[in-house]
Amino acid sequence: MRYLPQTEEDIAEMLEVAGAADLEGLFSSIPDACRRRTDLNLPGPLTEWELNDAMSSMASAMGACHECKVYIGAGSYEHYIPASVSYLLGRSEFSTSYTPYQPEISQGTLQAVFEYQSFVASLLGMEVANASLYDGASALAEALLMAARVSRLKKVAVSSLIHPFHRRVVRTYLEPAGFEIVELPGGPDGRTDLGKLRSVEGFAAVAVQSPNFFGCIEDLAAVGNLTRDSHALFVASFTEPLAYGLYKSPGGFGADIVCGEGQSFGIPQSYGGPGLGMFASLKKHVRSMPGRLVGETTDMDGRRGFVLTLATREQHIRREKATSNICTNSGLCAVTSAMYMASLGGTGLRELARLNYDKSEYLKKQLRGAGFAIPFASPTFNEFVVRFPAGFESTYERLQEQRVVAGIPLAAYYPELSGHYLLCVTETKSKRDLDALAGMLKV
Amino acid sequence: MKEISELLFPDDIRYTKDHEWARLEDGTVRIGISDYAQDQLGDVVFVEVPEVGATFNRGEECGTLESVKAVGSLYIPVSGEIVAVNNDLEESPALVNSAPYGGGWIAEVKPSDLSELDTLMSSKDYLEMLKGMTQ
Amino acid sequence: MNEFGGTTGLILEEPLLTEKGKKGRMGMSLPRRDIERAPMDETLKGEGPRLPDLSEVEVVRHYTRLSTWNFGVDTGLYPLGSCTMKYNPKTNERQAALTGFAGAHPLLPEKLSQGALKIMYELERFLAEITGMDSVSLQPSAGAHGEFAGMLVFHAYHKSKGSNRTKIIVPDTAHGTNPASAALCGFSPVNVKSNERGVLSPEAIAAVMDEQTAGIMVTNPNTLGFFEENIKEIAEIVHARGGLVYADGANMNAVMGIVSMGDIGIDVLHLNLHKTFSTPHGGGGPGAGPVCVKRHLERFLPVPRVVEQGGRYRLSYDFPHSIGKLHAFYGNVGIMIRAYSYILSLGPELKRVSQLAVLNANYVKEKLKDTLHLPYDRPCMHECVFSDKLQAPLKVTTLDMVKRLIDYGFHPPTIYFPLVVHGAIMIEPTETESREEIDRFIRAFKEVVKEAGEDPERLHKAPHSTKVRRLDETAAARNPRLTCF
Repeated sequence: MRYLPQTEEDIAEMLEVAGAADLEGLFSSIPDACRRRTDLNLPGPLTEWELNDAMSSMASAMGACHECKVYIGAGSYEHYIPASVSYLLGRSEFSTSYTPYQPEISQGTLQAVFEYQSFVASLLGMEVANASLYDGASALAEALLMAARVSRLKKVAVSSLIHPFHRRVVRTYLEPAGFEIVELPGGPDGRTDLGKLRSVEGFAAVAVQSPNFFGCIEDLAAVGNLTRDSHALFVASFTEPLAYGLYKSPGGFGADIVCGEGQSFGIPQSYGGPGLGMFASLKKHVRSMPGRLVGETTDMDGRRGFVLTLATREQHIRREKATSNICTNSGLCAVTSAMYMASLGGTGLRELARLNYDKSEYLKKQLRGAGFAIPFASPTFNEFVVRFPAGFESTYERLQEQRVVAGIPLAAYYPELSGHYLLCVTETKSKRDLDALAGMLKV
Repeated sequence: MKEISELLFPDDIRYTKDHEWARLEDGTVRIGISDYAQDQLGDVVFVEVPEVGATFNRGEECGTLESVKAVGSLYIPVSGEIVAVNNDLEESPALVNSAPYGGGWIAEVKPSDLSELDTLMSSKDYLEMLKGMTQ
Repeated sequence: MNEFGGTTGLILEEPLLTEKGKKGRMGMSLPRRDIERAPMDETLKGEGPRLPDLSEVEVVRHYTRLSTWNFGVDTGLYPLGSCTMKYNPKTNERQAALTGFAGAHPLLPEKLSQGALKIMYELERFLAEITGMDSVSLQPSAGAHGEFAGMLVFHAYHKSKGSNRTKIIVPDTAHGTNPASAALCGFSPVNVKSNERGVLSPEAIAAVMDEQTAGIMVTNPNTLGFFEENIKEIAEIVHARGGLVYADGANMNAVMGIVSMGDIGIDVLHLNLHKTFSTPHGGGGPGAGPVCVKRHLERFLPVPRVVEQGGRYRLSYDFPHSIGKLHAFYGNVGIMIRAYSYILSLGPELKRVSQLAVLNANYVKEKLKDTLHLPYDRPCMHECVFSDKLQAPLKVTTLDMVKRLIDYGFHPPTIYFPLVVHGAIMIEPTETESREEIDRFIRAFKEVVKEAGEDPERLHKAPHSTKVRRLDETAAARNPRLTCF
């Protein structure tokens, strides 16, 4: 096997040094009663060429191809990834290294993550960002746990227009620890109805997502007004960070924690993972933050360098009292997103964001013109809700035969929204694609 | 880390087995950590001091000290109410290392039972304990 | 040429990205604007982030230079104990990058997702076969996430029995993630010490196991590199009092095909695909931490689960007892594809992987035990733990020695862990290192120890040939500077 360099000769000599008669003899410390009696019943080994065949054939059974036109967003977004970014993240000095616990030989990762933290903080309008969490969903759950630590309260208000899967993850994280979760309903304009929250007294956090699951931009100023001068922390989440290239970021509205999914920035969709949990907050809360942090310092010769810092928050030091149990995070995805942001630059990011908005507005206009209803009036970024007439299911199915997926039906998540679909348009769709889609939907 | 003989243990204060010290000053007890404790912990980077007004029973955790790679608990040597804390530590946690019995003090306690102080170790007993530990 | 890899070379400086660039540059080809600008509410418009504008060549050169300051498995021997830094096969990367997988939206209709679902379904079966457990969920994103899933299963199980258990037994050799994951579920850890052989004794467990205790978390093989030889007896004690047994499978690389975790009393186990199953660690992540359970706990596994019917695969949420969802979608599918590709490439030879991993570790242990203090002198599994006791009189520490190893071209082992060995040096060579490379590492370590006697100062100031020297971590923590703005 090409990954196993030891020859029979090596093995014989090494066994002698190890004091074992044969390879089985190395396991003498395992009691007989604990030994496995059967061989591993696994297929293979396959040659590389057999593997390529098998994998390529399974990959071709997926709705992801050059001809496929997928108009789904809902927490995972199709954006062009430049060849330079794919190439750079493949540098094995980044991908095959461990967590940078030995800073002298990890400066590449450390500086790249420091730059990532800087970019994310700036993008979200916050003071500090961590080195990443698993994904947007766990980032939201961690944000609420952090709010509970800071406020010493165990009740949270969560908008029902936060991604349904993210809310499901929040429940998994919070319920066993005895938290109370109050869901805030959606209003007729497609934004969270804050009316239920006369006062935030007793709440650890108020969490909203913007753009929310319907693609609508939330009234973040209203949430900021509610939580200002209270114990409750304002948690703003997101699934499409590109929106902040166009719209104001949550930091400016008084958010205490901003967190979400960063997959949009150069990370392949990969059927949902790995993603990138972006997590940012304020300096005053930094000791309560989960996850790793990279900080700047100097070496013994006075040169600038970077290290993991404030590690006493973490599980390997504080064990059960740590701010989170996280160890392995999404480091390479974080670095990838920084490579992507650097490639776009400030100017490019604004232009790309605008292009997403304009294209999605174009499809919205075409669909409205074709007589379909756009039920929520609030501004959107690159996805929006459409109400199709009864019987649309058959059109939706038929389009799939042509490898066109016209968004996702919302009834599975919001039973009252039967006939409503969530559609997403990014820069990957041309005007011709959009015209074709509008034409196909009309029939 | 230093040898025990290189460390200082003033005679006018009392010590606990958890390496805190306590000094009676005008009816209140000033507390901190010993020279041995600061040396073991290494460069202190952050001190979480107790809240003024909080009360603790003897031996309860009332704060933490952090170095780069360790967290140490501060257990209160005598029962009582916290009446003052050393706010200088916020800016200069290194005082705990450079002057553990002086500028690196952590809090002042109004003791509820002054006789508890007598049950703490003298510098001689404390030094004996440390020597026993390292052997 | 120097026998060892370490040497000096041309190291190029590179500023922060924010110190480079010029407004108006662009490092990426933006798609053609083929539609008009749409009107928008200008009051909602923001400034956008303060990112530098850079050309593509500036970006490529920046990250290429940064990469050369890093040490990866592809650079050299990376003997981090309990991290299993084995070679990351390149063919795995090819498979994960196939457009059909990398470009797949997670909410694609089932009929357009069959390839990924099949891989997930089969990978679950493979991992069940390798561990001897009955059912697997691939959803957790990392080892600690898998532990959390396992603790949630414990919590749900006891709740289903109508009991509210608040404690969990955690040995002193455990990774910090164990108590931290347990605490998330409201369990308070009860620490138990390992015995003079470096393993848990049944008596120690019997002394603390009671009806308020949810169970035990055991790393097996443990972090001292020993198989927990009393595991069956321990499991019986825990089960007799209504508890469950959790195994941290971080060290599974030692026992594939050797031990069936399902047959030795383990109820729940997590694996690290980024350790045992060769997926790259990525400088911190992403990984994947599948959780495996015995049949009686299957109903608690996270949703959605992949189910098969007549050769078709679908995702099902129809498991009312499930602990819920842990990941925004279904877990780190890109990592799963790499692990699947690895398992297919090795097949039943995975047993040989474990045999050679254990051979390499025992070889290192025997060759270095006259040079370094070996606190537990007995056969080890895939890693061995030394200490700096012999060097202490010279005022040379573990840290000094491993920093000096860097100058010789090797990544340091895991240090100061497990906590039960003062000044621990934990070496896991893995099966993918050749004998020559391991011999070089051994000779380098002997050189370093020799230097400790001759010139301790050289070690105190090591490493000497890296981009930066030892860094001031105290200053970094006292005045944190976490962004460049």
